[in-house]
Amino acid sequence: MSNERGDIQRRDPAGVSQSSEGLEEALLVPATDIYERDDALVLLADMPGADESTVDLNIERNVLRVSGHCACQAPEGHECVYSEYSCGGRYERTFTLSGEIDTQRIEASVSDGVLKVVLPKAEQAKPRKIEVKSG
Amino acid sequence: MFWPTLRMGSWDPLAQMRRMQREMGRMLQDTYQGLTGEFPSMNIWTSDESVVLTAEVPGLRAEDLDLTVLGDTLTVRGSRRAEELKEGERYHRRERGTGEFVRTVQLPYRVDSAKVEAHYEKGILRVTLPRSEEDRPRKVKLHQ
Repeated sequence: MSNERGDIQRRDPAGVSQSSEGLEEALLVPATDIYERDDALVLLADMPGADESTVDLNIERNVLRVSGHCACQAPEGHECVYSEYSCGGRYERTFTLSGEIDTQRIEASVSDGVLKVVLPKAEQAKPRKIEVKSG
Repeated sequence: MFWPTLRMGSWDPLAQMRRMQREMGRMLQDTYQGLTGEFPSMNIWTSDESVVLTAEVPGLRAEDLDLTVLGDTLTVRGSRRAEELKEGERYHRRERGTGEFVRTVQLPYRVDSAKVEAHYEKGILRVTLPRSEEDRPRKVKLHQ
């Protein structure tokens, strides 16, 4: 029993995360939309149960890591009789950014369980209209 | 069935079962949205007094949701709007579903529709449905 946890981590380091209490949590991958505007890329991720206080964005070498936490909402004195989604868990997903994102100006907000990240394009990556001169 | 990690002295059948259960859970978790096709995903809890239903409906507002209760059925109706893209804007990735949805659930007993409460918070709908008085089990006293 003592090495059970060690085995799991060796076999599948990404599949099991541990909360501060040492309990295993479900690892959830948020469904994500990404669309491009003239001046920015916008990322929308469904993270029901997460809010500003539990969502984290992390950028390291052009990799954006989105993580969040959904606290379990099991009602007291009730027994779960049917389950389609994991009650409580950790959201995590990484995205590789192109070099054209201005990482200093990234903005993020969470509302109604949806994370919105606006990734502004760097100046040199914005579309530019080139005037054609006559003569 | 082979157990590649089986070792003498460290084998615990329950631990193996738990591990399998966890792995199965994860596989299902990753694919359920594409496979069951049911939106929203729901969890249901019961006690002798009430049923609690929770559903994952991120990105809605409370007014986008419509609940109806009839006898022992609950119907959840709503719509999730798509982001309106302007001309020239385009999707690189689109995984979040949009549009209208209806889902009806049969509850384990009749509920008191007047006392049903629903809350929407952080993208999760939570409906508490108390069991109707006439449907509760009653103790019958024996007279001697």
